[in-house]
Amino acid sequence: MSAVVSEHDDHHADDHHDHGPAKGLLRWIITTNHKDIGTLYLLFALAMFFVGGAMAMVIRAELFEPGLQFVDPAFFNSMTTMHALVMVFGAVMPAFVGLANWQIPLMIGAADMALPRMNNMSFWMLVAGVLLLASTLFMEGGAPNGGWTLYPPLVLQPITVGKAMPFAVFSVHLLGISSIMGAINIIATIFNMRAKSMKMMDMPLFVWTWLITAFLLIAVMPVFAGAVTMLLTDKFFHTSFFNAAGGGDPVLYQHIFWFFGHPEVYIMILPTFGVASTIIPVFARKPLFGYASMVWATGSIAFLSFIVWAHHMFTVGMPIAGELYFMYATMIIAVPTGVKVFNWTATMWKGAMTFETPMLFSIAFVVLFTMGGFTGLMMSIAPTDFQYHDTYFIVAHFHYTLVPASVFILMAAGYFWLPKWTGHMYNEKIGQLHFWLSVISVNILFFPQHFLGLAGMPRRIPDYAVQFADWNMISSVGGFIFGISQLLFLYIVIDTIKGGTGEKVSDEVWEDAAQHSLEWTLPSPLPYHTWTTPPTSVPTEHVLDAH
Amino acid sequence: MNKTKQLFASLILTALGLGTAHADYTLNLMKGVTKVSNDIYDLHMLILWICVAIGVGVFGTMFYSIYHHRKSKGHKAAQFHENTTVEIIWTIIPTLILVGMAIPATKTMLELNDIEKSDMTIQVTGKQWYWDYKYLSNDIHFESHLDEQSEKTHRTKGADPRTVPHYLLNVDKPLVIPVKKKIRFVLTSADVIHSWWVPDLGWKKDANPGFVNEAWTYVEKPGTYRGQCTELCGRDHGFMPIVVVAMEQADYDAWVKKTSEQQKQKPDLSDQTREQLLAHGESVYLKNCVGCHQIDGAGVPGLIPALTGSAKVTGKWENLDGFLRAGTSKMPKFDKLNGKEFAELMTYVRNNLGNKVGDELQPKQTALPDDDDE
Repeated sequence: MSAVVSEHDDHHADDHHDHGPAKGLLRWIITTNHKDIGTLYLLFALAMFFVGGAMAMVIRAELFEPGLQFVDPAFFNSMTTMHALVMVFGAVMPAFVGLANWQIPLMIGAADMALPRMNNMSFWMLVAGVLLLASTLFMEGGAPNGGWTLYPPLVLQPITVGKAMPFAVFSVHLLGISSIMGAINIIATIFNMRAKSMKMMDMPLFVWTWLITAFLLIAVMPVFAGAVTMLLTDKFFHTSFFNAAGGGDPVLYQHIFWFFGHPEVYIMILPTFGVASTIIPVFARKPLFGYASMVWATGSIAFLSFIVWAHHMFTVGMPIAGELYFMYATMIIAVPTGVKVFNWTATMWKGAMTFETPMLFSIAFVVLFTMGGFTGLMMSIAPTDFQYHDTYFIVAHFHYTLVPASVFILMAAGYFWLPKWTGHMYNEKIGQLHFWLSVISVNILFFPQHFLGLAGMPRRIPDYAVQFADWNMISSVGGFIFGISQLLFLYIVIDTIKGGTGEKVSDEVWEDAAQHSLEWTLPSPLPYHTWTTPPTSVPTEHVLDAH
Repeated sequence: MNKTKQLFASLILTALGLGTAHADYTLNLMKGVTKVSNDIYDLHMLILWICVAIGVGVFGTMFYSIYHHRKSKGHKAAQFHENTTVEIIWTIIPTLILVGMAIPATKTMLELNDIEKSDMTIQVTGKQWYWDYKYLSNDIHFESHLDEQSEKTHRTKGADPRTVPHYLLNVDKPLVIPVKKKIRFVLTSADVIHSWWVPDLGWKKDANPGFVNEAWTYVEKPGTYRGQCTELCGRDHGFMPIVVVAMEQADYDAWVKKTSEQQKQKPDLSDQTREQLLAHGESVYLKNCVGCHQIDGAGVPGLIPALTGSAKVTGKWENLDGFLRAGTSKMPKFDKLNGKEFAELMTYVRNNLGNKVGDELQPKQTALPDDDDE
């Protein structure tokens, strides 16, 4: 099968060897080129990162001091809800799909994604979905404000949701279809378009982690779509899935939601692991330590993600057997996650490290993701979770795993691959400034939230008791600095695309990068079409018997 | 290197802070006042120190490597990329640590779950946005709302919360329990999901509409313990605190006697001055109406109708009275209010919040024959 496809591709490529992109704006609308679509995804994600970030700024401004200063509590709830939905579905997930679009074909020696037209469609459905969601901000009654988890009965209450609820549901449907199509495309590409010389266990970790992530997406997005559809029928067609008075159960929704929701959080972190495993070896000038165990650890984490969902619900009132099972299953996740952290550390050990911006962000990722892992381990202990649950402790936890983890790695990936994509070098000084501002302010922002949670401050409240005032103010200050610092990243991206430092980058960009992965053997900047002839050999550093 | 020093410093500060902070409310988990909450605190400290130890080991190794194994120092990269022994070790050791953690955690979990042999039961019902407490053994039944001072402060722009004692953590009527008694709670909700949490008792438990959850506590020492709703339950989720007052048995018995008597008293239907009606009316409004219709009666555009200028409010009082008692599909009925409260509330909403009907209603006018049975 893959042989047939690649022969066909070769033929096609020879015919139209120097086809460039279509001219004008239409290029971006009708494009089926994986690089163009990758760019669209990444730029859209960056825009949404600032939209979601602006909402976070509203939240931190309101929480700067006790008392209500700026917004109405219902609008505050809309902000927390929309901030989460925009960041998850509009920023982090699309950014990783964008990276996958750019990098997977380059890394496996494929000319493009397997299903280019579907690729275009999944991007534009994403835009439609996010715009539909954003339109609720301007509706009577405001945007959804029942939390991004959309728990019934709250989300069904007329006084809570106004007119936004069905729009939010349809938006989730569109985003879900978009994600599933993207996932199918990635799986089809990896299985069918991979250069014949690349065995599964030769694939870069980024490709592996995305392959596993894509299966997670296909498995759980329909579950989420099902859950919100049940909300829709409960609201408008008099079903009672989640209504106790009609024989339903509101907690059923939580089980369904978190069966989606837990794999969902790994959808946002597994590709992160892949990027970190790609960047750290390059700057340590050493092969990745424990390649095979990295692959197995990723697989184990993905498998475990399906069987731990109710740890989000320890206080919901479960039978003791359920509480204990979910506690034990959750604790086990620490083992494969630990393996990954140890492997990254061992990759750095006895390397010859340099600390360019991508490496700095990657090291910060390892350290700060581990901090989020620690608090995750603490919360896996069910009885202690009875204290942590729904407080700022968990807000700190998941922000540590999302911001200085997923977002930092997305930044690292930008600094790492932008020179390759554009042929221009970014400004290292501003990159380092961006890094140091980000890493310091992100800790000022989120570390105090551990204290707030332990001291008893619930999450999702617009106003708080005065003993929480100091840490909230410090956290807000960190938030503002972090938010402003990200404008530097925007500047660097634009500047690099326009020409950067003016320094012409080599094909490898980074010293000896070509020993690690295929894309560095291609010219810089990348031509519009690459790997029209598949590579005949692939880097072998990961091969198990290379030692 | 900067980063090494900075991160080590923050790590050490954190460790010191958490280690010595058990008396300090703002840094660490509180020990609480029950055996279970103390067990949870111990579990918390145990897992915290395990994490700190692992963190020092891993980050220490990493920063040693960052400092010494750098190209600028001329370090040559080794090329090893596998070591089965090491990989097995760092899989087995964390597993053993986890098993070690699971044992005490399971014990505490079983303890938390042991509802048997309780001395009394209190039914807790979450409502938007207050708690309703019902003592199943002695028929005491009351609502517990955010105190008036906090209510007014958080709804008034520019008001200073620092001047309010226990801002947002105070209620009009606290839940009173005896010390050294095993108290069983049954928790449910009348509308959306709430969650009942007093950190000093060591747990929170969701209150789900249509279902009943159970939990228990055994408080050792008398005192006032404060908490909040911890499940997002709508716009005023942040404004439904919990206050538990634990008393010695004798004090508790006296409280039960006094409260039951008060509960049996018929409302005082004697005439009031206009000022009294308006002042009392405001209290009734702050407890029952303000969550939706807002402090100025403006409602919420698109969701909640305004009371200011509403024909329903300013029309014939008999119609308003009937409307309040019956409710609609969107507004709950308020037949729980007695005749006195109806008079006060209606006088207030008709002559305040931007309305100027100019009338005043006396309790005798609005009382129904069976109103005063509570």
